[in-house]
Amino acid sequence: MILLYVNGTEQRFEGDPEMPLLWFVRDVLGLTGTKFGCGMGLCGACTVHIEGNAVRSCVTPLAAAAGRKITTIEGLSQANEHPLQNAWRDLNVAQCGYCQPGQIMQAASLLRDKPHPSDAEIDAAMSGNICRCGTYTRIHAAIKKVAGEEGVL
Amino acid sequence: MSLNESRRAFVLGFAAGGLVLALGPRLAGAQEARKYGGDAIPNGTRDDPRVFIAIAEDGTVTIVCNRSEMGQGVRTSVAMVIADELEAAWSRVKVVQAPGDEARFGSQNTIASRSLRHGFAPLRRAGAAARAMLEAAAAATWGVPLNEVTAQNHEVLHAGSARRLGYGALAKRAAEQPVPSAAGLKLKHPAQFRYIGQAHTKPIDDADIVCGRAHYGIDTRLDEMLYAVIARPPVYGGKLAWFDASEARKVPGVLEVIALYSPPVPLGNQPLGGVAVVAANTWAALKGREKLRIQWDDGVNASYDSAAYRAELETAARNPGVLVRDVGDVNEALAGAAKRVSAEYYIPHLSHAPMEPPCAVARVGGGSCEAWACSQDPQSARNLLAKLLGLPVERVTVNVTLLGGGFGRKSRPDFVVEAALVSRAMAGKPVKLTWTREDDIVNDYFHTVSVEHLQAGLDESHQAVAWLHRTVAPTIGSLGAAKDPQHELAFELGMGVTDLPFAIPSIRIENPAAAAHTRISWMRGVTNIPHAFAIQSFVAELALAAGRDHKDFLLDLLGAPRTIDSAELGDKTNSGEDPRIYPVDTGRWRRVIETVAKEAGWGRKLPKGQGLGIAAHRCELSYAAIVVEAHVAADGGLVIPRVDIAVDCGPQVNPERVRAQMEGGVVWGISLALLGEITFKKGRAQQTNFHEYRVARITDAPREIHVYPVAADDFTRPPGGVGEVGVPPVAPALANAIFAATGKRLRALPLGDQLGR
Repeated sequence: MILLYVNGTEQRFEGDPEMPLLWFVRDVLGLTGTKFGCGMGLCGACTVHIEGNAVRSCVTPLAAAAGRKITTIEGLSQANEHPLQNAWRDLNVAQCGYCQPGQIMQAASLLRDKPHPSDAEIDAAMSGNICRCGTYTRIHAAIKKVAGEEGVL
Repeated sequence: MSLNESRRAFVLGFAAGGLVLALGPRLAGAQEARKYGGDAIPNGTRDDPRVFIAIAEDGTVTIVCNRSEMGQGVRTSVAMVIADELEAAWSRVKVVQAPGDEARFGSQNTIASRSLRHGFAPLRRAGAAARAMLEAAAAATWGVPLNEVTAQNHEVLHAGSARRLGYGALAKRAAEQPVPSAAGLKLKHPAQFRYIGQAHTKPIDDADIVCGRAHYGIDTRLDEMLYAVIARPPVYGGKLAWFDASEARKVPGVLEVIALYSPPVPLGNQPLGGVAVVAANTWAALKGREKLRIQWDDGVNASYDSAAYRAELETAARNPGVLVRDVGDVNEALAGAAKRVSAEYYIPHLSHAPMEPPCAVARVGGGSCEAWACSQDPQSARNLLAKLLGLPVERVTVNVTLLGGGFGRKSRPDFVVEAALVSRAMAGKPVKLTWTREDDIVNDYFHTVSVEHLQAGLDESHQAVAWLHRTVAPTIGSLGAAKDPQHELAFELGMGVTDLPFAIPSIRIENPAAAAHTRISWMRGVTNIPHAFAIQSFVAELALAAGRDHKDFLLDLLGAPRTIDSAELGDKTNSGEDPRIYPVDTGRWRRVIETVAKEAGWGRKLPKGQGLGIAAHRCELSYAAIVVEAHVAADGGLVIPRVDIAVDCGPQVNPERVRAQMEGGVVWGISLALLGEITFKKGRAQQTNFHEYRVARITDAPREIHVYPVAADDFTRPPGGVGEVGVPPVAPALANAIFAATGKRLRALPLGDQLGR
């Protein structure tokens, strides 16, 4: 049996320990904000936090998440008002929106580690997250906006 | 809230039957000989307010969106149009998504950049009619003449007595009013618009999106739902020869393995067939599928090889083809030219790869079918489900979720049908059918592949006197029952080839034959992509040969500002619109070019290794011109610091989303220009996931994209398309910028691997 904590709630799972965390949170827990995009860790749509660090849940077997604290987009903030969520809305970043939970989770992890990243650091940190609508310039701008706001993180 | 819940709760609307179809005003003299726009597509448009608007007693206005949302902002824009004419307060507006039901909602097929092009006028009428009904209700309540009351910001006012009644209070009585005729409606003057043409309205789904609450096709969950994936024939036209599921069935969680029928080609919208694995969760289904042992009978396309096919296309392009347009005498003009230039361009197959792969949930049983799907075309899904399940269409419901990208892929309902076929085989249990990324790329409905062969002649004063264009590409028609599956359809040629208004005395356009060996279909930009890449690259090559500035030379080719009936150019399709309303307008062509050139600082000197490129195109009745700035390092590394784009798409309903669509179109264009290519060997697509089918990432995107709307607030003009027009000029502008930076002329996409100097 695997025991883990998802958005502050203890969860137990008795099935295949090789099941990727992605399918556990989506199919078993019903937390569908974490998206399937590639299944190979190539696109970032499935990004969640393990102990605050961005990981690709589609290539993270449940066994590797055992005993750890997982945060999905649903648990990123209390009232869905994380500074990045606000900035995303202020700048109308999303188009179809499908990749944006993963983008926001990736950006949150970046800003936690590096509150004032350079342009190049933003691009490097976000280069694993694909957006086919092409919202990259606004993703970049939204991260810069938050990084430029003192004391919001 | 679902549409059904809304219907029960609300007073005004939604009409379930007895539809009153009020037709919009028509052009004088536009007889029934030929229909255009929304009137020319199946099921047309609707303007009955009871179809689109419900007002609850608490004043909440619920607006039905009849087109699919895939990031273009249509749910917001449709609501803006209706709410504006309705004089509704935006904070009291909710949007619900129409299920597939075109008899009721009009065409819902969300393709070809036409939702607002077709919908703007009828949706305005729907909003204005509901406003008139509220005013009539208030006048009746107060016993005052109708002309003394005015609807304003969610209430109706009586000027004489300062009385006012909110929309909620009026809703019941308003619903009893007759729906006014279209002819008598008072539409707002554009100066009175509250939302239309303004950039302040937030996208309706943005809060749901940023917290992961937005519901896409893959997010549907039903009680007792099962999960399925399918192993499909890797070659178009292939079918199952033999399979062994014994190991797959041993995977814990796997419940069933089902062989699916592969119909003969051409398949149209039908699924490919294969072997479905049904399980208790997605992961078990995937593991089960891995354990299948399958032998395929590859069928007629077993030898499709894209390298060999390219050579075939090139051979075809070097020989005459079906004559599409012939003006003057090209042979004579070329023979007599002082200078001749010729070039050939290659544009490979592309895959859509929307971030959400195709996914649907279906439940079939008890003589009915209900599906939930990220569909661009829910009525076609409904029709095909009814046909293949042997059900009356009325017994089939297709609910439309948000789409995690569509780009044309999700106009095909094959994946919805797959979910239903598996559900039927599972005794009616609801089934979620998920395509993996590999499924999506390997078995996509691909963008065509093409060779574009161009020749031109210049006279002694460097004027173009001859233009020969042979375009060769397998046609979208090959997917269906086209009479001639080897030649492009008129609308495909009308995307930039036959509607090209160059003022050259001798022009010939030919279309040699090309047989399709895979599924060819719609992709954002469609054949505008190869056509714009070839033509706008070739113009740069001609300008160079003429010793002219590229921008000036392009303007000279377009000639003086004038409007032309596209049929005179050889294009009778004109994106389905009336050429008297939507002529080819060289003035609009010129203005986007001049605007972007000015704003981007065209002609400014850049250091070695850096360059500007320009290109323009008319697409879906809109005009765009782009300047790309490219920096190419000695090792071939490319940076695009800036892209400027001017767009004239007629009046803009939602300027903020138009801007977003141009930004997205630029990135889509950069992705296909730099990176995109699907190749085939032995009939099989060779790219499987994002490591092989590369798409633009943040590091490939321009740091800055500047958008310049042209005449965006001129509501005397008809609206044009928005979703695609930003795409076609990107690849040629980039290739032209790379030439300016490096002196290297690249004529085959993708450009990315050819940049090493």
